[in-house]
This record gives sequence, C-alpha cells and structure tokens, in this order.
Amino acid sequence: MIALVDYGAGNLTSVRKALAAVGARVWTPAVPGELGRAHGIVVPGVGHFDATRQLTEDWRTAIKTMADDGVPLLGICVGLQWLFEGSEEASTADGICVFKGNCFHFADRLPKSQVPGPRPLKVPHVGWNSLRMPKPSRLMAGVDDDTQVYFTHSYAAPVIDDTVAICEYGVPFSAAVERDNIAAVQFHPEKSGDAGLRILGNWIANVK
Amino acid sequence: MLSKRIIACLDVRDGKVVKGVNFEGLRDAGDPAALAQRYNRDGIDEIVILDVTATLEARQARANTIAAVAREIFLPLTVGGGIRNEDDAAAAIDAGADKVSLNTAALENPPLISTLAKRYGSQAVIVAIDAKRERNGFAVFARSGTSAANRNAIEWAKEAAAMGAGEILLTSIDRDGTKAGFDCELTAAVSDAVNIPVIASGGAGTFDHFAEVFTIGHADAALAASIFHFNEKSVSELKQFLANHAIPVRK
Repeated sequence: MIALVDYGAGNLTSVRKALAAVGARVWTPAVPGELGRAHGIVVPGVGHFDATRQLTEDWRTAIKTMADDGVPLLGICVGLQWLFEGSEEASTADGICVFKGNCFHFADRLPKSQVPGPRPLKVPHVGWNSLRMPKPSRLMAGVDDDTQVYFTHSYAAPVIDDTVAICEYGVPFSAAVERDNIAAVQFHPEKSGDAGLRILGNWIANVK
Repeated sequence: MLSKRIIACLDVRDGKVVKGVNFEGLRDAGDPAALAQRYNRDGIDEIVILDVTATLEARQARANTIAAVAREIFLPLTVGGGIRNEDDAAAAIDAGADKVSLNTAALENPPLISTLAKRYGSQAVIVAIDAKRERNGFAVFARSGTSAANRNAIEWAKEAAAMGAGEILLTSIDRDGTKAGFDCELTAAVSDAVNIPVIASGGAGTFDHFAEVFTIGHADAALAASIFHFNEKSVSELKQFLANHAIPVRK
C-alpha cells in the first residue's frame, strides 16, 4: 500500500489516478501513526511551499523515520522542494533536509545576459520542458534525454550530486533527484502522459 | 527548452462537445471523453473543457463530464464555464480538473482570483479574457461575449496577474470560429504586458496561423477546437509543421 500524504496543498485526484494506473494501491493516512503500514510514501504538492507547514512535527518525524528505515519515498513538485533544506518562498517553513540546498525563485536567478530573446522568461515556468539525465538512476530508467514532461512552478531546487534529471529554464535546476530509497521530481508525472506514467512505474517497481 | 503548448478545447453542452461560429450556431462534434482520448494519442499537450452556455444558464460545470475526461488522459485538464464561486471551483477540481478558468465571475468578483490562488496555488487559476476590437483598443466582454465589461483587455490582464492568476486564456471574439487566424496584435499586446503565460484562442484555421501566433503573437500556448474536432487537421501534423519552422514543441 502506498500512503499518499494529504496536507491540503491542492488536489490529489490526479496523483491517485496515475498511481492506480501503474498498479499501486493507494490510501491517504488520516494521522501520522498510520504511516507505519505504508510500503511506500508519496508527498505530492502543488501551490505554495508554505502549505508544507501543515506537515506538523509529528508528520515530519513519521515520514523521516520511515525514510530512514528504507521505505521508498517520492516527493512531487512542492514535495520535492520540501525534501531540500527550505525555500525562499517561505523562509519560516523548513524542509526536512534530505537533500542539500535551498530552493530559489526563477525571477531571482535569471540574469539578463542569460535570457534568450528580447523578452524576459515568464514565471511561473508552465508547460512541457525537456530533461537531461546526468547519470543513470532507477527513477529515470528507460527515459531518454530530451523526453518532455509537464512543469508548473515558480521555485526550483539547485542541481546537486543527487540530481538524476536536469531541466533548464534560464538556469539549470533539479528536475529529479534520487538517493537510496528517496526520490523526488519537480515536474508532474501524473500530468506528463506516457513518460510520466513510466517514471511513476519505475518508482512503484522499487516498492516492496 | 520550454515547448509552445497546443491545447484542444472541448466546448461542452449537455455532456456533448459542440463548437460554434462566433459563439452561435453550435454543431455537435461528439463525446468529450472519446475526443480527449483521440487528442491524447495524437500528442495534444493539454485539454480545456468549456461549458459554453454554463454562465448564461447559471449551471455548474458538469462533474461527470470532467471525471469522464480525466479518466482517459494523464495531461493537464482545465475546466471553465460556470465557475462562479469557490464551491464551483472546488467541485471541478475534486472531479479531476487541474486548473479552473474564470471569466465572468472574475470580472464581477476579482477577489475570487486571489481566493482560489491561495487555496489551490496560482498554477490552478486561469483567467479567461474575451476581447473585441473597438475604436479605443481591446474591450473585455463577459457572459460568453454578450455583455461589455467596460474594461480594457490589457489592463484587466495585468490586474488578474497581480491578483494571482497563473495564466491568461485570451480569446478574440472577432476571430472566434472564423478560421481567419489568431489576433496576433491582441495576443502580443497582452503577452508583453504580463509576466504569466498567455494562451491564444480564436481564429485558428491553418498551420501558419499557429506559427504566427507563437512568433509575432508572442503566445506561450495556442488553443483551438473546430480545426481539430472534425479531423480537418491533426495535432501531430501541426507539431511537425511547427518543428520545421524552428518553434519548440513536444514531440
């Protein structure tokens, strides 16, 4: 069973439907104590980093404990950012520091000289953008360079040693990260057609 | 590189897809879920469901139509028409929509934009603007193009963006259903005035029209309905054409 963590950051219908499409059985735990029976945990998210504050200390501890025990964890969008140290979006809300670095706003990192064309890049970054895989990973197995996936976000995580897919929007950023049993994607696999389902399927394949 | 998006619009009434010329004379073009599935196979980037008569007849977007389409596709799905308040938006999103498109309700109650942006994030809130050329510029119309809103389209787009809209869906009433091409002047004026993506709509008739709106129209995405519904043009052929013209598209 996959625990789909609902902390009120938007709608879980799409994620639940996509996980079901790749063969997962999914439930939404009502209290942190229920996480103990999860074979895998998904932290989804659209919207504002500040919403992760709904993940109170008991949720954070429960998720962290499971992850430390080797249970597969997948963060999506804001769920990826929450696995980093924090975000400029909400300086008072902390991430859980699984990955090194702070998430930044695109508008703050797009120096004029790097902006292609006469008009500035728009923020949020919305739409289909291509991926480049700097190293092999379980999450992105079978996904070729230049595959496009659907993004919608204004903040992004830096490229780090654990980055397994890089996307560029004015600046390069982490589209996917993976270390041991912990993985996360900035894009929305549940909205990325066949490529997205393949990536979700790769993750599910590692859930026992 | 970020691709230019091709969006198919399903104008739905009574659970069936229809499409009119200048919002009148609606023709039956089929089952929404079947069409969505066909578009998905053909490489469409997004689907928009618009209940073209919902606002006029004060109806809510049909949850079962949304759910039927959402079951078929794993692509971004927007629902508009009849989203009059927070409850209507929540019903559409609960039924499987990723974004809601506000038109008349945003004009009548602009704070609804920020309310929904706070609750679901800006990425879930599209403000649809129906604009018509007038002597003094581009005027905004409400209620499916029937009622002048006494606003300038460019100013309204800026205001909507400032209130938290994540995208603008810009329809040229003059071009809608005519197949005479997008209104590139209107689209560029709005796209250059805001820092959020602008979806151009109204007037798609040929592949060249799409190339024009992405280049001289500065559009981030283009939406069309009838050009695709009746198998006149395929999405995959359109994308090949755009790629040949050095416009980035998802393959």
